Amino acid sequence: MNNQTPLLEIKDLNVAFSTEKAVIPAVRDANLTVYPGQTVAIVGESGSGKSTTAHAIIDLLPGTGKITSGQILFEGKDLIQASKDEMVDLRGASIGLVPQDPMSNLNPLWKIGFQIKEVLQAHDVCHGKEADARVVELLQEAGLPDAEKRAKQYPHEFSGGMRQRALIAIGLAARPKLLIADEPTSALDVTVQKQILDHMDHLTDSLGFAILLITHDLGLASERADHLVVMYKGQIVESGPALEILQDPQHPYTQRLVASAPSLASQRLSSVQARAEVREKAVQTAEEVAAEVAESSENFGKGTDTIVSAKNLTKVFKLPGDRPWSPTDFVAVDNVSFDLKRGTTMAIVGESGSGKSTVARMVLKLLDPTEGDVEFDGVDISSLKRKDLLKFRREMQPIFQNPYASLDPTYSIYRSIVEPLATHGIGNDDEREAKVRDLLDKVSLPSSVMRRFPNELSGGQRQRVAIARALALDPAVVICDEAVSALDVLVQAQILELLNDLQAELGLSYLFITHDLAVVRQIADNVLVMQDGKVVEAAAVTEVFTNPREEYTRKLLDAIPGASIPLAGTR
Amino acid sequence: MPENTRPGQQRYVAPLEETPLQEVDQLDTSAPPTSLWKDAWRQLRRNPMFIASAILLTFLVIVIAFPGFFTDEPPRKCVLARSYGPAESGHLFGFDRQGCDVFSRTLYGARASVAVGVITTSLIVLIGTIAGAFAGFYGKLVDTVISRTADIFFAIPLLLAAIVILQVVTNRFPDRGFWGGVSAVVGALALFGWPQITRIMRGSVLEVKNLEFVDAARAIGATPRRNLFRHIIPNAIAPVIVTATVSLGIIIVAEATLSFLGIGLPKSVVSWGNDISAATILVRSGDHIQVMLIPAVALMLTVLSFILLGDAVKDALDPKARKR
Repeated sequence: MNNQTPLLEIKDLNVAFSTEKAVIPAVRDANLTVYPGQTVAIVGESGSGKSTTAHAIIDLLPGTGKITSGQILFEGKDLIQASKDEMVDLRGASIGLVPQDPMSNLNPLWKIGFQIKEVLQAHDVCHGKEADARVVELLQEAGLPDAEKRAKQYPHEFSGGMRQRALIAIGLAARPKLLIADEPTSALDVTVQKQILDHMDHLTDSLGFAILLITHDLGLASERADHLVVMYKGQIVESGPALEILQDPQHPYTQRLVASAPSLASQRLSSVQARAEVREKAVQTAEEVAAEVAESSENFGKGTDTIVSAKNLTKVFKLPGDRPWSPTDFVAVDNVSFDLKRGTTMAIVGESGSGKSTVARMVLKLLDPTEGDVEFDGVDISSLKRKDLLKFRREMQPIFQNPYASLDPTYSIYRSIVEPLATHGIGNDDEREAKVRDLLDKVSLPSSVMRRFPNELSGGQRQRVAIARALALDPAVVICDEAVSALDVLVQAQILELLNDLQAELGLSYLFITHDLAVVRQIADNVLVMQDGKVVEAAAVTEVFTNPREEYTRKLLDAIPGASIPLAGTR
Repeated sequence: MPENTRPGQQRYVAPLEETPLQEVDQLDTSAPPTSLWKDAWRQLRRNPMFIASAILLTFLVIVIAFPGFFTDEPPRKCVLARSYGPAESGHLFGFDRQGCDVFSRTLYGARASVAVGVITTSLIVLIGTIAGAFAGFYGKLVDTVISRTADIFFAIPLLLAAIVILQVVTNRFPDRGFWGGVSAVVGALALFGWPQITRIMRGSVLEVKNLEFVDAARAIGATPRRNLFRHIIPNAIAPVIVTATVSLGIIIVAEATLSFLGIGLPKSVVSWGNDISAATILVRSGDHIQVMLIPAVALMLTVLSFILLGDAVKDALDPKARKR
């Protein structure tokens, strides 16, 4: 293998999408080189052109996308000039692809083994019995135990991580020289992500193929790749050796990325100090609020220091069993207790299925606990009726994960934010409008946004609207259920900052549900780590980060990508 | 510089002027505000299928409102001396067996057919939407009762059941006039037409009720009823609208079929189905075939335009076609 001859060279590549009215450039003058056995990462936010660049290589541009100029040299041969048939031969055989969404990229009607065999046969690698044996080897190689049995299973019998491994097996089946991995792990839990990426690293070392990794996570990219390419608005703004870029970012956009990638920010002491300042202000404001609450009997609650107290919360769901009359029990939440102090943030961290969202729904009284109870400001919420329940609702509001589903698409932004006020009969029309303007201002959106509809806004903007709606009733507690998980890193950082500012200003208390331990350090004071419905560790944030007691917590911390990279100005 | 920088991988920093840095998550304030329905309308306007069906349906509405605008001949003025008379000036398509003007009868016949179609569809949409929404939203016993009832009605063939009912009505009230005739047909068709809409609405509500904005409204303190009528139904109604538009055409066909069989609208009512039925004897000889063809073509065009409209509406309301 000659490591000095480039495997892939992209020269002045331009890609454009044509719409009815205009031609929109998606990638402009991109240059990129990949050497054999090397991992190169393209980093950028959604819409930066990173996936488009990758798809241009294998001639799989979606819709109206077209390469307008440039060269894509693979082993010295220009792929843009290649015929359709040549490209078909090349795909899979010389260039493999691991797609983004493991849930939708396997055909649910065919067994996993068959889908891998298909690749082997399509590229004449081997046939029949030989191919069957090879399938098992490939699955083993992708890190699936019991490969022989697994090959005979259908995709729905696989978890997300297992499907991604199967897709890697497909991508590598014909022993390509280059593997394009398009956000291969962004749909997976962090610990699974680490396992899969570790495994891919291991495979590159032993098999010697090159990886072009597409990711939005700078931390992950710099941990896995030798060479980084940062894209922004269709252009490469910076490229170079990974460590060098990370420690000394030159372009303002890269600097911005390095500053706000949560996986990197979580290491900085500065973010811990900033958080301490926020907490100090928030607790002070919250104490003033509590004093007011305690004085007047009009308000809900007694003005206690502990605003939310969950005691032995347990939730058992009935799942259909073998027979319709004998359902089986599924314990989603098992004996969870915690206290949330006024003006502070409690983070509940866990992987999917750990029961963290179920806890949030019980605290919000959207779901009744099977056992245990929740006290809000000294009042048990389980027995609340009508008027008191409405009063309680004013004090606690949620912000949900999916910015595309958390606003009613048929409601204008104004109507969405005014709905809580209307439901509670607060103010007249003029006062309500003034309040909506004030709320939009708080979340840094112009008031002209009022007349618009959710489909016109980006994910981050919708999440701001959702925050404005949550704050409309002047609640004391806001439950953020994966509130930033679906956003791009920069937008994520921006929303976290907004949440921090609002907490300091209004003395809010947050219950912050997340799967991502990396963001926790910027927003939380206390952490509850959950696994399979149980609390495995409860401690202060600094404690968890510097001195985790449980094996599972350590595993979660280890899985934060880029945590081990020495940055300028950390620790 | 580091040890192993290879050609093509040297450090590169783009000049800032090339991609000026924008504010993170900037709001595009230049675009005019639009709503979902406005978007759907814009989509519709550009669809040739919609334009074709809209022209036909506009024409149909004018015909229903002002049939006298197109012909001076009253539809019931029948002179036996003109039986099967050929086309002449003022009588575009000649005369039928009874000596009535075919063109005039076809124009006036639109009323009965469209009345049955529109009233039946409105009824089944109303019943189906509410029943389906309740079944999907409340679940459990409510769902079981509504869904199983719908299944039972679904299992009975629509035309067969309508024939039985209308046979009874025809025997009881042989002379029931225009509105009496229309309401009998509407009743029979609506009774067996609602389960389809109910099923669609139920499925759609089941999907919408788990979306986060419904939980957000609950957390605000919105009552279940408010949530259902203000949030869930408006978001779940799109597939019902699509189905209803297409089924309007199908119901007009069903009415014509029933009238053709002699048990739909009473003979005294001018309708396409009755006229086609009366003209069937001509099929054997093949003479004067236009007497049957003209109302049949009118029926076909009407149904076609409703089905085209339904297709166009489906494209416009398709969530996948919407911009995110």
